[in-house]
Amino acid sequence: MTSADDKASLSVQGVTVRFGGNIALDDVTLAANPGCVTGLIGPNGAGKTTLFNVITGLLAPNAGIVTMNDRDMTKLGPTRRARLGLARTFQRLELFSLLSVRENIRVAADIRKGWSRDKDNPAEAVEKIIDRIGLRDVADARVDSLPTGQCRLVELGRCLATKPQVLLLDEPASGQDETETAQFAVLLRELAAEGMAVVLVEHDVRLVMDVCHTVNVLDFGRIIAVGTPEQIQQDPAVLAAYLGSTAP
Amino acid sequence: MDKFLTFTIVGLTLAAIYAIIASGLVLTYTTTGIFNFAHGAAGMLAAFTYWQFRFVWGWPTPLALVVVLLVLGPLFGVLLETVIMRGLEGTTDTVKLVVSISLLLFMIALAQLIWAPGISRPLPGFLAGNKPINLGATTITWHQAITIGVAIAVAIGLRLVLTRARIGIAMRAAVDDRSLTTLNGAKPNLVSMLAWAMGTSLAALGGILIAPGPGLEAASLSLLIVSAYAAAVFGRLRSLPLTFLGAIVIGLVEGYLAGYLPQNQYLTGMRIASPAIILFIVLLVLPNPRLRGRMTRSREYFPTPTLAGAIGFAITVVIGAVMLATTLSDPDLITYGRVFPIGIVALSLVPLVGFAGQISLCQLSFAGIGAIVMAHLGAGGDPIALVWAVLIAAAVGAVVALPALRLSGIYLALGTAAFAVILDRWLFNLPVLSVFGLFDINLFANGSVSVDAIELFGRSFDDPGTQMIISAVTFALVALLVIWIRRGRLGRRLLAMKDSEAACATLGLNLIWTKLSVFALSAGIAGLGGALYATQLTSIQPGNFELVQSLQLFAITVVGGIGAVGGALFAALSLYAFLPLLVTLWPSSVRWVGLLPGGAGIGLGRNPNGAVHDVREGFLPLLAARAVLAAMCVAVAGAYVLRLTNVIDNWAFVVLLILFPVIATIAAGLSKPRAVEAAAGNDEEIRDVPLEWRGIDRPWTKADLEQLDRYLGLKEMELHDVR
Repeated sequence: MTSADDKASLSVQGVTVRFGGNIALDDVTLAANPGCVTGLIGPNGAGKTTLFNVITGLLAPNAGIVTMNDRDMTKLGPTRRARLGLARTFQRLELFSLLSVRENIRVAADIRKGWSRDKDNPAEAVEKIIDRIGLRDVADARVDSLPTGQCRLVELGRCLATKPQVLLLDEPASGQDETETAQFAVLLRELAAEGMAVVLVEHDVRLVMDVCHTVNVLDFGRIIAVGTPEQIQQDPAVLAAYLGSTAP
Repeated sequence: MDKFLTFTIVGLTLAAIYAIIASGLVLTYTTTGIFNFAHGAAGMLAAFTYWQFRFVWGWPTPLALVVVLLVLGPLFGVLLETVIMRGLEGTTDTVKLVVSISLLLFMIALAQLIWAPGISRPLPGFLAGNKPINLGATTITWHQAITIGVAIAVAIGLRLVLTRARIGIAMRAAVDDRSLTTLNGAKPNLVSMLAWAMGTSLAALGGILIAPGPGLEAASLSLLIVSAYAAAVFGRLRSLPLTFLGAIVIGLVEGYLAGYLPQNQYLTGMRIASPAIILFIVLLVLPNPRLRGRMTRSREYFPTPTLAGAIGFAITVVIGAVMLATTLSDPDLITYGRVFPIGIVALSLVPLVGFAGQISLCQLSFAGIGAIVMAHLGAGGDPIALVWAVLIAAAVGAVVALPALRLSGIYLALGTAAFAVILDRWLFNLPVLSVFGLFDINLFANGSVSVDAIELFGRSFDDPGTQMIISAVTFALVALLVIWIRRGRLGRRLLAMKDSEAACATLGLNLIWTKLSVFALSAGIAGLGGALYATQLTSIQPGNFELVQSLQLFAITVVGGIGAVGGALFAALSLYAFLPLLVTLWPSSVRWVGLLPGGAGIGLGRNPNGAVHDVREGFLPLLAARAVLAAMCVAVAGAYVLRLTNVIDNWAFVVLLILFPVIATIAAGLSKPRAVEAAAGNDEEIRDVPLEWRGIDRPWTKADLEQLDRYLGLKEMELHDVR
């Protein structure tokens, strides 16, 4: 169905979301290219998760469009978008708490098997993913007995089972220790190298600067800066947003 | 024109009553998040109480009204809030629903206990003796005028309280964010109590105003509430002005149907069912809700059933049925034979409610459809009719669920309850319906239909004993099917969907399709149960498949444990074996035995894992002690032989049947305390002292340190060595 050369790129154009009188997102434009990790940072309440909700179709924007592979998805529901190759993790974990790690990933693999024409055996695919995210030791444990860091990996594994082209990660490293974060960075780079377009929302600035090709900074619902990690670190507007200095 | 005005007034009077009841419902739902199914029942109790004061004890009308509306009503509301509802904060929709449904059942039973049904209790409207007021073109009775006036007063009063009074503003704040309201100095408990006091008082007012029309009958008065639900759904259960608008629409439609619907036997039922039909239409046009993530974390835990356990369960059920079938007399077999077909209907709830978290309050209606199919297509004992019963019930289930599925939760409960009402009050009572002269649709033929026993290989299974065994074997097979689903792909998917619809959708799952398939599956199973139930009853009537029975079965299955097949057996045994047995042993209990199902639901509905879970835990040591288990089986078999050879009678046999497992469990516990621990295995950590108390309540161990590390995500033990 899909060959290696038509990998998706995600594009968000002019998205605005209002909650009553509050403007949560104001004319936000963002692009994620295949093979790249695109960072999205910003203080709490900046609108990062809201943007993910708009991209995945859980929330309808008041204005703006979302496209993947040049296909307008703005009117599509979350299920259709997922089947076009979009996957996400949740900041407030949305794991299937009654199931084990293996079963959580298996649900996702079975869903893909149900609608795609893949010949893969879902059970085998799940075992590969378990090894890849390094949760072999706890594969049979129920997820609500796991620490947060591992839960985030389960959510990632669940996404991978859908074989996404665009992967949205909402604070995947929070709750992980330094070793885990380092391993996670390696995994992220691998995923991008395979051609996936990864969008990373993260508070761990070191991780963001380490793995991202491009970084977008969101503040009060507006994109205030876009650039390479180096450029972002020196951007006065970004410093003002984060440190509260009165730079112009 | 006169006729039009007359029925406009009839409609507006109904509208006024629905508005009063529905506003009370909205008030309690918005402030406490509990949709009170017993709201109508509170109105019913109030109407009965008023009747008692006014007409039995001869109190003056104003005194009776003041005592019911301003003293008893509010007090009852406060009682409900403090004793029952407050404990439900943070529980799942299913648990809240079970508690309020059980309350409804309890209140109906209570009313029937105090005011024995079947006696005429005339309740005239207000100022019924006075001449109607002349409006020129038409007249309006004093009762009608008072009703409409009271509704307008209630509307203005509520508006003033909610926008002007301090407590009203606190009420609206509590809707938005309860904990934030507390931080801002309001007292949410006081607010809830007031909301329940006002809500119950409004229900009482509505009950007293409506009762003169349909008459004082506990169940039907309580279920008139469906009309009020429909009005509340207009306002998405939140907006009072839209609720009033909805009440007007429903009241007028009902009024005009009364006036203009052709008077024939097909359509009279439609008028009574019209609020339920309107509820369905409103559900169809309500906008899609936003998919949200998990709101409350459920505390429920249903372990994956093991294959051995499943087979053991199935065999035990069949052996039990064979023992009953060979020892009970025919009348007893007919009484207790209902356990297994109803058990199959209860099983239909397990995948739907237990796995998928969807709610259906009309499983007995699906069973009724299966029964009708069996009666007509199974004439002469054709077993293929069972297949048709499953397929047709499943198809109807899918059609019914479709409008409410995208809304789920409380709306699904309301939609399915409305469907049950449409069947109860209209469709099941239709006479033979001829479709364009091509063929006849015959449901209950306006009364009852006889059902033939199943015939297979030229042998008719018409004796109650064989029928019980057939039903039990079918029950066991369906239980195995449900367990197989739970262990497989569909079961995982349903549990996943229950936990997080948002996650499932973003993984590419078609939620509507998944819900629809489980709904159809569940309705199909219920249809099968209904078909077998029909062959056992030999003659069926609409009364066998009423909403109240669905509610009871739903509540008691949750009490038993909705996530496991054992819960279904528990429900069927409690309702159709234990209760009749109790009445046999203790005939005077027949008066209050009806209170038990509701009471059990109120008390036990809060244990999210159900009673069966605890029973299973209790038997674990026995299952681990193989020798004791074998001895027990031999003892049971021995008792069975003694019974068959008439050495002992049925009572002694039953006593032994209960005694042996109890003795065996105690023996297993005594002989092998180790076995308990081994069986508990995985639970050890949970049963231990909570982590934060370790080192205080018991010594701190290395294992605790490791566990703490695991929870905190710290991997290296060196960390501790450094320190």
